[in-house]
Amino acid sequence: MRLTLKIWRQPNAETQGAMHTYEIDGVSDDMSFLEMLDVLNEDLIAKGEDPVAFDSDCREGICGACGLMINGQAHGPEVTTTCQLHMRSFKDGDEIVVEPWRADAFPVVKDLVVDRGAFDRIIQAGGYISVNTGSAPEAHSVPVPRDDAIRAFNVATCIGCGACVAACPNGSASLFMGAKITHLGELPQGQPERDSRVVGMVAQHDAEGFGGCTNIGECTAACPKEIPLDVISRLNWDLHAALRHGH
Amino acid sequence: MTDMPDTTLTGDPSHDAPGQHGDDAAGYYTPGSPLLDTKAPDGPIDQRWQTRKFEARLVNPANRRKLDIIIVGTGLAGGSAAATLGEAGYNVKSFCYQDSPRRAHSIAAQGGINAAKNYKEDGDSVHRLFYDTVKGGDYRSRESNVYRLAEVSTNIIDQCVAQGVPFAREYGGLLDNRSFGGVQVSRTFYARGQTGQQLLIGAYQAMERQVAAGTVEQFTRHEMLELIVVDGKARGIIARDLVTGEIETHLADVVVLATGGYGNVFFLSTNAMGSNVTASWRAHRKGAYMANPCYTQIHPTCIPVTGTHQSKLTLMSESLRNDGRIWVPKNKADCEKDPREIPEEARDYYLERIYPSFGNLVPRDIASRAAKNVCDEGRGVGPAVDGVRRGVYLDFSSAIERLGREGIEEKYDNLFDMYARITGENPYETPMRIYPAVHYVMGGLWVDYDLQSTIPGLFVTGEANFSDHGANRLGASALMQGLADGYFVLPHTIRDYLADGPFEKIDEDHPAVVEARKSVEDRVRHFLSTNGTRSVDSYHRELGNIMWEYCGMERSEDGLKKAIDLIRSLKDDFWRNVKVLGTAESLNQSLEKAGRVADFFELGELMCIDALNRRESCGGHFRSESQTEDGEALRHDDQFAYVAAWEFAGDEELPVLHKEDLVYTAIEMKQRSYK
Repeated sequence: MRLTLKIWRQPNAETQGAMHTYEIDGVSDDMSFLEMLDVLNEDLIAKGEDPVAFDSDCREGICGACGLMINGQAHGPEVTTTCQLHMRSFKDGDEIVVEPWRADAFPVVKDLVVDRGAFDRIIQAGGYISVNTGSAPEAHSVPVPRDDAIRAFNVATCIGCGACVAACPNGSASLFMGAKITHLGELPQGQPERDSRVVGMVAQHDAEGFGGCTNIGECTAACPKEIPLDVISRLNWDLHAALRHGH
Repeated sequence: MTDMPDTTLTGDPSHDAPGQHGDDAAGYYTPGSPLLDTKAPDGPIDQRWQTRKFEARLVNPANRRKLDIIIVGTGLAGGSAAATLGEAGYNVKSFCYQDSPRRAHSIAAQGGINAAKNYKEDGDSVHRLFYDTVKGGDYRSRESNVYRLAEVSTNIIDQCVAQGVPFAREYGGLLDNRSFGGVQVSRTFYARGQTGQQLLIGAYQAMERQVAAGTVEQFTRHEMLELIVVDGKARGIIARDLVTGEIETHLADVVVLATGGYGNVFFLSTNAMGSNVTASWRAHRKGAYMANPCYTQIHPTCIPVTGTHQSKLTLMSESLRNDGRIWVPKNKADCEKDPREIPEEARDYYLERIYPSFGNLVPRDIASRAAKNVCDEGRGVGPAVDGVRRGVYLDFSSAIERLGREGIEEKYDNLFDMYARITGENPYETPMRIYPAVHYVMGGLWVDYDLQSTIPGLFVTGEANFSDHGANRLGASALMQGLADGYFVLPHTIRDYLADGPFEKIDEDHPAVVEARKSVEDRVRHFLSTNGTRSVDSYHRELGNIMWEYCGMERSEDGLKKAIDLIRSLKDDFWRNVKVLGTAESLNQSLEKAGRVADFFELGELMCIDALNRRESCGGHFRSESQTEDGEALRHDDQFAYVAAWEFAGDEELPVLHKEDLVYTAIEMKQRSYK
């Protein structure tokens, strides 16, 4: 198929970017969206033009490195990551607009590459259980109800891609944060730090410039791992409890 | 499912005595002195690790603050080491090329992690896990290392559970286990099909906690491009900030490489796009020996290539072979037909035909080679790429008849969904297509029992080292090794080295630092000024094709010699004719790839030389000259029961082969047969 691509090009964080239009031919249904961009880049290199920079690594939907706004939707029209989106979701003659994640807290590094370091800093502010190596008790000493373990797992599947932030009109990272709060909060091991965790993470979230949640739900619709919206309720509930406990 | 069971027989000298063939790799290498692992204590195997932990000197907590440790890589082996050494109070600098430590490729591991907990009371033990691992590695791993791995495996599970890793549990709230990779006990812990992800997130969070505590400093989007060696000791790295392009010098008392495997030398593999050998290869060129580089694991059940645009391959759990039947058409003329229209009598269920007792459950290497053979005959299915159809059917229609669609959904739903998403075909209605792909490398930098390379002060952990898996790796053991090294082994062994520190302070204008920096800058300048005609990817793809064809599933003397010639001439062309655009002072992904591919060329050549030297079939390494009359792999313990450790002698010199003899005292080397 033949496609028209409108792609955001920006040399670096300091320079103003702009949309550029490219024509691409010979795209097959079986290509992933990123393989289509690989083909475009080979064409650009052959012509002596700078290839389009974009992040990707595992290309099997689990590392969370990739992520593009495709026709205004985070990761494009399917519920999956950009690397697992295939060109059979498009048709001959389509015009596709490709932009980087749009959020103040994710500044553009180059073209379609953004800086998501804020997510690491939110985790540093409490997204863990404090247990030094070697000091853990026998694994079977604390049984965990199966349903709790399943709920924890389901939200622990967050890949930290940032689609939730990009999709949110407020640029909020509440879904990302709520997933971690819920993962650790469902488990007995996560209880001792439950209050300090939520307080620390929320403070860092706000300091990074992410917006507040107004229950729009775009985040969960865009999430390739289908993290449910109720993790944000859990986040709010935990925050409320922590404040009540005097944090 | 037989993961790496009885695939090989010990040598029958009457069939193929290697002595008669002389030295296949003569002219490609220089013989070197024998190599010894001097760190493993003697004594009963189950006491060696305790002894070593006791004998390894301690570092006073007050001194730890004065000691700097560089760790390159943030996967299971690197992330866990950074967390643990940070907790201990050392100054850790952690580097990764990704934008976050959480993206390291350990995250993609699906199946599970082995541990000798014996929660099922089914006869498992440390000794049995040790035995299975040595046997699975086809008696080409080091006994003392493997025993230690099995020993610390139980601690890993305790640690991960305490971190909040949500392993699968039973209704009573205790941990569930499954049997994996053909072993007869259930010792695999898992978190649905995303065990690697959950373990990595655990290590990542532990590491981020230390970043907050100030003991670990994290350098993301940084790539190590050179090792700094001063007075024979590893003292730092040269890294490029991938965003600004700045070439940075980082000095330390010790350097740890946890940089993963080099399967991407084949271009197409199940590795991540960025996985590379550069850190290991730069260290190799500075004196670290590379051990058994030809040992590659090829996985039979991956989604086939669809065209020349293909950028990577995706693995599907081989549990699918429990219910799927593998076939290709008997007649080439049928290969383009809709498989549902090919009648039963026109199908060749070749595994069931050739191996009637094991059928579709033959070991990985057999299944992989058989698929390649039928495709090479022209009976492959699916789209033709470069004129060859590389795919075979994995058909669930009889299983669906037997178990019902619901029965299949229950077992394989997520795999079927993944397949449908990637191929656009519905595997409930039409047979899946599969083909083998490079998945893991057992080879890597040589390390002693302390995980220290032949360069003092350079330690190597996880897939980047060669130590534990011999010539093949058991399923669910890669995650175990990465975390064993990082949480429980390295933190003990590294202190013995650091007890002599802090070492003399080094200036950035020390000649060794200046030389390392200059070599990095020269390379960057070279790539950007070559102004050739071919892209980096086009070279990488061509190199990968050579490796896959001649150093893949089946290797022969003629093929390997041809491959070496092809690689050498392609490498020359690459250095003269590669086209890298852009600048050094910005994010430049072509430039990053150019450096990685340059190192893959050198590695690829060494892999072929190593494969050429090893005229035996063992584990994942199959030499066509070394097989029984039935086409089974034939091992030659009399000739090759050693680790082949290669020393870099210079660009114009032949590599030097040092042999470390493998001695088994706790396990008897056995003849194995899968029949």
